[in-house]
Amino acid sequence: MTLGTNVMKNETILKVEHLSMRFGGLMAIDDFSFDAKRGDITALIGPNGAGKTTVFNCITGFYKPTMGMITLTQRDGDQYLLERLRDFEITKVAKVSRTFQNIRLFSGLTVLENLLVAQHNALMKASGYTVLGLLGLPAYTKASAAAIDKAKYWLDKANLTERADDPAGDLPYGAQRRLEIARAMCTGPELLCLDEPAAGLNPRESAALNTLLHSIRDDGASILLIEHDMSVVMEISDHVVVLEYGQKISDGTPDHVKNDPKVIAAYLGVEDDEVEQIEEQLDEGRI
Amino acid sequence: MAQSPATENSGLMAQAVKEALVAAAISFGLFVLYVGIETYQDINNALVWRTRWGLLAIFVVIAAVSRFVVVGFIKPHLDKRKRDKAKAGIPEVSDGKTFFQRNFLKLALVGLLIYPPLSVMLAGTQGSLKYVDNFGIQILIYVMLAWGLNIVVGLAGLLDLGYVAFYAVGAYSYALLSQQFGLSFWVLLPLSGILAAFWGIILGFPVLRLRGDYLAIVTLAFGEIIRLVLINWTDVTRGTFGISGIPKASFFGIWSFDVGADNNFTKAWGLSMSSAYYKIFLFYLILALCMLTAYVTIKLRRMPIGRAWEALREDEIACRSLGINTVTTKLTAFAIGAMIGGFAGAFFATRQGFVSPESFVFLESAVILAIVVLGGMGSLTGIAIAAIVMVGGTEVLREMEFLKHVFGPDFTPELYRMLLFGLAMVVVMVFKPRGFVGSREPTAFLKERKAVSGSFTKEGHG
Amino acid sequence: MEYFVQQLINGLTLGSIYGLIAIGYTMVYGIIGMINFAHGDIFMLGAFAALIVFLILTSFFAGIPVALALLVMLIIAMLMTSLWNWTIERVAYRPLRGSFRLAPLITAIGMSIVLSNFIQVTQGPRNKPIPSLVTDVYHFGNITISLKQIIIIAVTAVLLTIFWYVVNKTPLGRAQRATEQDRKMAALLGVDVDRTISITFIMGAALAAVAGTMYLMYYGVATFNDGFIPGVKAFTAAVLGGIGSLPGAVLGGLLIGLIESLWSAYFTIAYKDVATFALLAFVLIFKPTGILGRPEVEKV
Ligand SMILES: Nc1ncnc2c1ncn2[C@@H]1O[C@H](COP(=O)(O)OP(=O)(O)O)[C@@H](O)[C@H]1O
Ligand SMILES: [Mg+2]
Repeated sequence: MTLGTNVMKNETILKVEHLSMRFGGLMAIDDFSFDAKRGDITALIGPNGAGKTTVFNCITGFYKPTMGMITLTQRDGDQYLLERLRDFEITKVAKVSRTFQNIRLFSGLTVLENLLVAQHNALMKASGYTVLGLLGLPAYTKASAAAIDKAKYWLDKANLTERADDPAGDLPYGAQRRLEIARAMCTGPELLCLDEPAAGLNPRESAALNTLLHSIRDDGASILLIEHDMSVVMEISDHVVVLEYGQKISDGTPDHVKNDPKVIAAYLGVEDDEVEQIEEQLDEGRI
Repeated sequence: MAQSPATENSGLMAQAVKEALVAAAISFGLFVLYVGIETYQDINNALVWRTRWGLLAIFVVIAAVSRFVVVGFIKPHLDKRKRDKAKAGIPEVSDGKTFFQRNFLKLALVGLLIYPPLSVMLAGTQGSLKYVDNFGIQILIYVMLAWGLNIVVGLAGLLDLGYVAFYAVGAYSYALLSQQFGLSFWVLLPLSGILAAFWGIILGFPVLRLRGDYLAIVTLAFGEIIRLVLINWTDVTRGTFGISGIPKASFFGIWSFDVGADNNFTKAWGLSMSSAYYKIFLFYLILALCMLTAYVTIKLRRMPIGRAWEALREDEIACRSLGINTVTTKLTAFAIGAMIGGFAGAFFATRQGFVSPESFVFLESAVILAIVVLGGMGSLTGIAIAAIVMVGGTEVLREMEFLKHVFGPDFTPELYRMLLFGLAMVVVMVFKPRGFVGSREPTAFLKERKAVSGSFTKEGHG
Repeated sequence: MEYFVQQLINGLTLGSIYGLIAIGYTMVYGIIGMINFAHGDIFMLGAFAALIVFLILTSFFAGIPVALALLVMLIIAMLMTSLWNWTIERVAYRPLRGSFRLAPLITAIGMSIVLSNFIQVTQGPRNKPIPSLVTDVYHFGNITISLKQIIIIAVTAVLLTIFWYVVNKTPLGRAQRATEQDRKMAALLGVDVDRTISITFIMGAALAAVAGTMYLMYYGVATFNDGFIPGVKAFTAAVLGGIGSLPGAVLGGLLIGLIESLWSAYFTIAYKDVATFALLAFVLIFKPTGILGRPEVEKV
């Protein structure tokens, strides 16, 4: 690794400070802080209802946090306070894009069209906000060819080239997950937030997903990932943050986190014998 | 399937008879007061009543017989066909398109272009009026309006129940500005469209964050507000009397269609005096406007803004996550739809020479929306077909003089126009909920352009 | 002040009628999420049924007591509209349940066109006036209250109480609320969903018939297109109050009745409907789900 990328790697891309989110009487996120480093895959884990999706919604502007500051630092040093931006600006200006826990594709559009919609802002500019495009100027023709090339690139990465002209709603589940990620990548993000991308996938689809995530990281985007499946988390993430009842209980490398007794108690604390089982496995070094 | 065909059949017949009797009983209940009894005013203007048992009997018998036929014959037939199809296991694919299917659009355009001369040839100059004006222009106005509304409802998925407001803005803009300032049609046509778009933005801006049915009722309310203002702001709009004597459009400023003018079109060409030439000119004018609408729609669908509209219809939240400003995207759909309505309104005003609030009631919005949905949301061809069937079909009723011979001289087929229109809306929807053309054409493709089945497309929630 | 109280009473009367119709909209919307555009015309059918029954009654039993006549009119009108709404739901809405969202809206608009034109064709397009049924008026100082107004307000209050009881305290009401929340789950738990929806339509229609009868008694006239304006107003009331909410529908109805009568009294009568619709737009802009509507949670 060159020195340059090392410097980049140690730079913070996302800094979440004292984030709180209240729904009526429920404190879904309570004074939560963490950093994500550029070029890393950062995983956010925690039991169901811990508030992971809520953190994502605050970062990506779908919820307005009750308190806290979310700072995004771009490659060129520009900084944005995400809680002050409107949801679409977070993608458009701050270059953060996301996927959803319940897949949200444009099911009546084709796979290719889904990827073109994601390039809306770039194409909009190239088409002179539609006016110049209507006149058929070459600048727009070139831009739309480039957009198709970009779509093709991500189709290839997501292994969806064969299905490019089929409606997105017609794809099998695993392919829909990959398409949603490819679509998010077509917005050209610096930070990609994935909400349980491996949920419901079979092992083969899971493996295809891992390949896709690695190639995204190698491409230069940083990843923030919510995941349930411990094996996925441990395998691919560089940094893990654990959330329980809206509060951070652990933060560090996968090795550090999986040996943290608080995590074992909280994350698996439902049944005692299960914890014991895990501890046994830990001792044997199987996880 | 153990039963022999004979017993199965007699069982079916018994069931059909039973259901027919039930239908007879229900229809008796439904119609006994409204059909069986007639209320009318006597010589003293007092309301009195008399019975109409004969007519009631006809209603009941028709209900019973239709139910019998449906249960006894049509349904088994349909079931059998479905079963056979399932057994054959071959989905209906029509890959071998006929010449007609492949060139449908071109043929339709050629047909429309030669339609006026053809009517003149077949029905004479005066006789062609009916075909060119009542059918041709009337249907094309609805095609244009429905294509305009299609951008809002069919593409962007925003339910607008007050579309007729923009039609009214266009019509009154032309009527008032041409009378006040003597501006020509060719100046006011674009101006009317721009004014309508402006109103689209004014009305749209505060309400576009409403979702689904809330948006529907607010647009309905705005439509009514605009109509009520037209009725009550008598100093400017002359209220229910309307504005008459609206100038005709000229032939691009070269020839006039005013009878007294020096450069009168018929005089210049040495033709006999007839309003038919003006109507033919108007026919080509509205055809051109429709083509412009279609061109713009097709072009826009392939541009980022058009894709964003359709994406909005599919999933608004996903749109926002992709950095699309949904407010401006919705507003452009609203404004462009309104602008097309405004163009159509200006055309309507010059064609009628008269506008009044009567022409811009909610029913018009409902009819336009019905055409969009019956045609198949988003499909220009389907919508055009729906306009022809629904508007043309009801116009035909006006022409059915022979029915007077069947039902007696008091019979006015026109009365049944809207009744049948409403029934057709119900029947088409029940049998084809996705409209005539349910599939959608993708706007871009890598290898082959495959139509997207209607079962995947969504209808929007805002 | 007296003038104001007078207008208040007039407004409450009108608002009661709107409220009764609005309940039908709100219940159907609550249970199947559909705007039943034909509901205003069901109200009109109710008024016509009452009118025809009135004519028959007075020609056969000239001296019939007014209270009895009203009762018979009410009952037959309720039966009529119930049968109509039940049939319409079966024929035009049920086949489309669960399909494309706009399809039932279009059939409902179609049904609305059918019903008003059906009455126009069978009963003629002219106004149908009947002699005044109830003529007593009471004076309190300068304030005049007619017996008609008292009947309307009282009937509305009684019906609403019964209705509230049915929806909140009976197994039928429970089935309705269950169907409203989750149709599939309700069906799995043994609720007869089809029947529950049918009953909802019947209940809405019966209330519309009451409104229709009251309307006929109050104004003494009915026409085939009487369904539209009160229908749209009642729908507006339902949305204003928060569609899906029963108290909201009544509240919205009363509010619109009050605005109409007060606006007509203090400003120009010409713009009273503009005031109503403007209020609707205004309320929705600041509270997008109506006054008593639950705020829509955008689950992401
Ligand atoms: N829009 C909302 N309104 C009210 N409560 C919410 C909302 N969104 C999430 N919650 C609550 O916040 C808590 C955290 O939910 P969530 O972030 O989805 O958890 P996770 O993704 O970790 O499973 C849950 O108790 C959930 O019910
Ligand atoms: Mg979650």
